[in-house]
Amino acid sequence: MKKNIAVAGNSGPKVRSDCEILLELKSDGGITIDLISKVKVLYGESIKNLINEILDLFGIEHARVKITDTGALPFVLAARMESAIKQLISTDLEYLPEFLTINNYSTTRERFRFSRLYLPGNAPGLMINAGLHSADGIILDLEDSVAPSKKDEARILVRNALRQISFNGAERMVRINQGEMGLEDLNFVIPHNVNLILIPKCESPEYVKQVERKIGTIRKKFNISNQVYLMPIIESALGVENSFDIALGSDNVVALAIGLEDYTADLGVARTIEGNESLYARSRIVVAAKAARIQPIDSVFSDVADTDALKNNVKTSKALGFEGMGCIHPRQISVIKQGFAPDRSEIEKSEKIVMAFEEARKKGLGVVALGSKMIDPPVVARAQKIIDLAVSLNLISGDWINEVRSLEN
Amino acid sequence: MPIKTVKNAAGRFVPLEINGQPVIPFKGVGKHKPGGRKYAPPVPTCSDYPDDGNKVVSTLEEALRKCGLCDGMTISTHHHLRDGDLVSNKIFELASAMGTKGLVWFPSASFPCNDPVIRYLDDGTVNRIEGSMNGPLGRYVSEGKMEGTAVLRSHGGRVQAIQDGEVKIDIAVLAAPSADPFGNAKGTGGPSACGVIGYAKADYMYASKVIVVTDNLVDFPCFPMEIEGTYVDYVVVVDKIGIPDKIVSGTTQITRSPDRLLIADLTASFLEKSGILKDGITMQAGAGGTSLAIAVFVHEILKNKGWKSKFGFGGSTKYMVKMLEEGQMGYILDAQVFDLDSVRSIEENVNHIPYPVFNAYNYHSKGNLTSMMDIMILGATEVDLNFNGNVVTHSDGYLLHGIGGWQNCLHARNVILPIPLFRDRIPVIVDEVTTLCGPGELIDVIITERGIAINPLRQDLIDSVKGSGLPLKTLRELKDEAERICGVPQKPHFEDDIVAAIKWVDGTVIDVVRKIKAM
Repeated sequence: MKKNIAVAGNSGPKVRSDCEILLELKSDGGITIDLISKVKVLYGESIKNLINEILDLFGIEHARVKITDTGALPFVLAARMESAIKQLISTDLEYLPEFLTINNYSTTRERFRFSRLYLPGNAPGLMINAGLHSADGIILDLEDSVAPSKKDEARILVRNALRQISFNGAERMVRINQGEMGLEDLNFVIPHNVNLILIPKCESPEYVKQVERKIGTIRKKFNISNQVYLMPIIESALGVENSFDIALGSDNVVALAIGLEDYTADLGVARTIEGNESLYARSRIVVAAKAARIQPIDSVFSDVADTDALKNNVKTSKALGFEGMGCIHPRQISVIKQGFAPDRSEIEKSEKIVMAFEEARKKGLGVVALGSKMIDPPVVARAQKIIDLAVSLNLISGDWINEVRSLEN
Repeated sequence: MPIKTVKNAAGRFVPLEINGQPVIPFKGVGKHKPGGRKYAPPVPTCSDYPDDGNKVVSTLEEALRKCGLCDGMTISTHHHLRDGDLVSNKIFELASAMGTKGLVWFPSASFPCNDPVIRYLDDGTVNRIEGSMNGPLGRYVSEGKMEGTAVLRSHGGRVQAIQDGEVKIDIAVLAAPSADPFGNAKGTGGPSACGVIGYAKADYMYASKVIVVTDNLVDFPCFPMEIEGTYVDYVVVVDKIGIPDKIVSGTTQITRSPDRLLIADLTASFLEKSGILKDGITMQAGAGGTSLAIAVFVHEILKNKGWKSKFGFGGSTKYMVKMLEEGQMGYILDAQVFDLDSVRSIEENVNHIPYPVFNAYNYHSKGNLTSMMDIMILGATEVDLNFNGNVVTHSDGYLLHGIGGWQNCLHARNVILPIPLFRDRIPVIVDEVTTLCGPGELIDVIITERGIAINPLRQDLIDSVKGSGLPLKTLRELKDEAERICGVPQKPHFEDDIVAAIKWVDGTVIDVVRKIKAM
């Protein structure tokens, strides 16, 4: 017998800003909507109108709909309704909420990716205000944070979130699933302005190319001009061995990340705070990324409550050469950003070096000296890099040279 | 029959009579001059009381009988036992069994543990509650099920009403963690310690009869006494006055919600960048998770700058105690104690001082503590485009909270409301508040996770944060942003019946709550 009842979404005592929709297709009797909602007085009519509009789009004339709502926003209600319908009806139609024009921005290869916040792809409550925490990137995750049975509804929710939520200029990222499922994920997200795709458990440049090709096809079909960058995540011994090739797998690869939970599992060792077991892998990723002129990005730090341990972790990470880290809680963002940004003493030292270099250049000297110490060209180059970073992070002004000089006078 | 109403100075339609008593419509902030003399209870004589000072009677029922409990009386209680209160419900259980009808319950606040009182509202033992309505009690009132009309007052308004004789307490039943046979009592000691019992002060001074109920009878003198035995008629000893872990939390916790932390962070930045936060400031913040986070952030700033707050007014929590103990706060003046660290502190630290709301919040007195405060952190269920605030109803029209000290605290120099722009889908900034509890002229700054709005009346504050990089917006911009995300809400539907009156701090009626229309 053909299935005629479907349930989508989440409800329960701890669930907020979400809803569960039960849809039963009927052969007659029209549409009946049973709404249990804490916002019924305020939004009861608009919820019913939305549901009717969606049923109408999919040509459903007779159905019973039961909604258990804990304050779901319209894009969430719409996603849940569409997911329920698609469990029962095979269709290519989509109910797309308005795409906010403010979301139509692109990013660049070189932009900072110090902090990128992971959001579980099927938890709308965490998405709504995610853009307020000033992460460099926001990752809507379709992979590990979504239960296998919820993959379909997460795709629709993430699609709607990409259209409706403003992430305040953060790089808009999606982590797709592995293999075929990941390629299918792209159909749901690429048309809605994704800036970067994270490729989990990446082990070969071939898969990067596959993802690249699929994205190309979709971009062509939807006439998308914004670039879609790639960030493969290395999470296995084989991935580590192939990391340089993976980094070069496509021109659109802008960063290489490492995922240590799966990597240590692959090695059959425990993940420790000191991280000796992953030192080689992390260094290898850094070297591979730097050799390919892209950004090496470190694994997430999972103890959300321990800010001090996170600070230390960032310090080590930066010292190894990483240029960013994943975040699993907004509280980690500022710690990570501050950690990867140059500190006061680094900036001051670099200012002195760059100024000494400028002086020497003006005087036509081939050798740069700071006090009695000779300074090699690579040291000057590194100092310049730190200064550029500090300027772009607004830690010092673009006119820092004159400001420093006026202080000296 | 439609109720005759008049438009008050805030533009709200309010009746001239509530529960058969004449009332005065709100006239504007500071406009109503009371006149007359304070109320006084009957003059007692020592010849009616035992020479040995032992006022202990065997049961609460006996005490109530001796106090002459009869139909229509007003019974007062305090809320220091919070959600662990075992005394209030017991009064009405006894009164119901005694066949008493039409009582007025006049608590300083009610809690979920008081929901069983609904039974005594249903059976006619209690005619009405004049005090805060939370949860199911609020719902009961909003649905028009209570016989009398509820009257909601601020903590300060409550003591003003007692002092002025608007509410004449027939019997005050005052739970006390420690008491002696003469009736001296305090908030510390014993199994049900709640720190202070200052909310009982106006009650014991002005009630015709006073019963102290304790589970920790100590020898005379119970010292330092917060309730003075010379005002007390009877002392009752029971097994338990409260459930300890519901009286004070073992430990209060700052919020873990990323959004609330962001609001707290923005609030602390605002306080710092505006220059409001400085050496010697006085401040008050509540025990909610966001307020606690603000206290922690402010503490950090004080520490880094080497500043010290002159005093803080509690609701005390471990975070305030920490400021006191680490030297960033001179004194804690305390009206109520929220956690075990604060109970310990008030017992052992001479600079942690009980300070009843009677001395802090009563608008009909010769000065209030609240107007001396520099920083006041408060909440609200709704704020409208004119900065008016609502704390008693939600946007769906249901009465769900009491006023607490909120109205009184509005008289502080800088009143700051850190609130989320929307709660689940419910916008907090509205065109017009569902129920007016505080006039916008007293509310200075609204801080949400999506921006800060400063009252145009506070040009000084607007100037102080120019160029600070803080996300300043107008309330209209914030409202539009919320409505873009949540949608424009419908309005609830009300009937004409008035189910509750909201008093301003001077006893005038600032607004009313109407019965929810069944849909």
